[in-house]
Amino acid sequence: MTSGSRPARGGELRVDLLLIADMIEPGARILDVGCGDGALLRHLARAKKVDGRGIELSQAGVNACVARGLSVVQGDADTDLVNYPMDSFDYVVLSQTLQLVRRPRDVIDQLLRIGRECLISIPNFGHWKVRWKLALTGRMPVTEVLDRQWYDTPNAHFCTIKDFELLCGDLGIGIERRIPVDKQGHRMAIAGLLVNLFAEQGVFVLSRRNDGRDRAPDGERRRRRERRCAGAPPGGSGPR
Amino acid sequence: MRSTQRYDEAVAGVGVGHTAELGLDAPLTLDCGVDLGPFAVAYQTYGELNEDRSNLILVCHALTGDQFVTGANPITGKEGWWPFMVGPGLPFDTDRYFVVCANVLGGCMGTEGPKSVNPRTGKPYGLSFPVITIKDMVRAQAMLLDRLGIEKIFCVCGGSMGGMQALQWAVTYPERVHAAIPIGSAAHHTAQNIALHEVGRQAIMGDADWRDGDYVSHGAIPRTGLSVARMAAHISYLSEAAMHRKFGRQLQDRNSVSYGFGADFQVESYLRHQGTVFVERFDANSYLYLTRAMDYFDLVKEYDGVLADAFEGCPTRFCLISFTGDWLFPTPESRKIVHALNAAAANVSFVEIDSDKGHDAFLLDEPEMFETIRGFLMGAAEHWSGGTP
Repeated sequence: MTSGSRPARGGELRVDLLLIADMIEPGARILDVGCGDGALLRHLARAKKVDGRGIELSQAGVNACVARGLSVVQGDADTDLVNYPMDSFDYVVLSQTLQLVRRPRDVIDQLLRIGRECLISIPNFGHWKVRWKLALTGRMPVTEVLDRQWYDTPNAHFCTIKDFELLCGDLGIGIERRIPVDKQGHRMAIAGLLVNLFAEQGVFVLSRRNDGRDRAPDGERRRRRERRCAGAPPGGSGPR
Repeated sequence: MRSTQRYDEAVAGVGVGHTAELGLDAPLTLDCGVDLGPFAVAYQTYGELNEDRSNLILVCHALTGDQFVTGANPITGKEGWWPFMVGPGLPFDTDRYFVVCANVLGGCMGTEGPKSVNPRTGKPYGLSFPVITIKDMVRAQAMLLDRLGIEKIFCVCGGSMGGMQALQWAVTYPERVHAAIPIGSAAHHTAQNIALHEVGRQAIMGDADWRDGDYVSHGAIPRTGLSVARMAAHISYLSEAAMHRKFGRQLQDRNSVSYGFGADFQVESYLRHQGTVFVERFDANSYLYLTRAMDYFDLVKEYDGVLADAFEGCPTRFCLISFTGDWLFPTPESRKIVHALNAAAANVSFVEIDSDKGHDAFLLDEPEMFETIRGFLMGAAEHWSGGTP
């Protein structure tokens, strides 16, 4: 999960993370899964006064986060998300991490159980360069976004943007927004079938559609929120 | 014998730093049902309490630790047990924080324990001292803070048994504890932990000089038993790697084995020395009581098997720290607590530090631990409404 939130050169936030940060409301409760060195969490704490938490697989990443005052635990998205209670966060972020996990389907399920919305970015294996390299050379493509050889990559599950959307459909997950992004993380002005061909990454905002299972009674939700408020310091770092 | 004399002075209340007489108005009702009071709690302070009383760091010591966290320990003559952590410019910066450490209930460095004199009989308690729990220790510390006029703790921190106290503090007094750092700790003692303690206790109780716990009246000390207990325990505080690095199979002051049972190996000589030194500074009955308190500690059972319930609604910010080379309180034990805190939606950080120095790593110069704690305190201070720590 180390690829999560590496800062861009000069310590500025990576462009695709800025894109995600822009979609988060001030004061929200957020969980960054695969938070890397905590660049996004730091940015959000400063710019949006969020109550941020993180999970990171690499010990070096975790230690760097905690040494910067962030609330981060060492953990594995595949095994540790089950511990969080339902609806514990307004947003759960999974940035450039889904392809690293062993069971992406279960992870997505968990993300939307514990968060109201899920902000997720994935590398697009359907990009034309990937298709072109595979077709032309007959070898596993190495691109700027997918920059490792097949034997050397930590990535376990590649998918195309189309694949991902089909999975969301199967899981009954609502895609609130889909933002095609280039390799630097800039938003691309393309739509329709072009997205799966020309976007190097996809940023999605997911929400639960078939909920039945995901709604605690209103009274219970309110009680939980009040409890969080009681524990939160003044100054709005608790839930809105 | 000089240090034994110092020890006795300590018990008599000389040279143990500050002592508070607590439970004068109302006794402390212990978990075992006994009312204790009045009782003495010996403590040390470092740094200054600020005006709004918001800069307290409460340090909880481990099994054989004491209130002398840093600087010279007047009883042993040696340096305090956490000199890397507490002091000007150190993680627990005494230019900024007011650091307090109290000798635990059941201890033997000035706080009420089995070696204290029972006012009703005029003799040392010995085994008539009530059995103490971790929660009792914490309650006694809470009474001390009440006496000092400090309501809120900015941060409570401790390793091993100290970590158990830090956890218990957050569970028992969640509204008083802003931040907690349990290091190398667990929510309950494992069967292996209990087993190791039992070896130590049996060594003490099997020593003829123990005299059914009444050795003080007989002018005796169960030296051999206590020393063996310490030797066994000391092994569990180290790691194979650390022992190998330090001693290997090297011989002690000889070129070949003696074909006898003297201390041929350096590691034997080292352990014997540790045992001997320990007897000079620690009370055997206290060792029984404190190991028992650790054995009884079980937050899981206290909350009917659901540890998360212990932290339900707890506003405390937690930072758990474990060490890769600690086999006495291994990382999975800390991770169980982290999972429970997550399940309770509590605010938690968790760092495992790469170290092959065993359980004792928390007492040593571990820069990554210091960086973690500095960062965590910085984050905790940003969310502290109690004042300016």
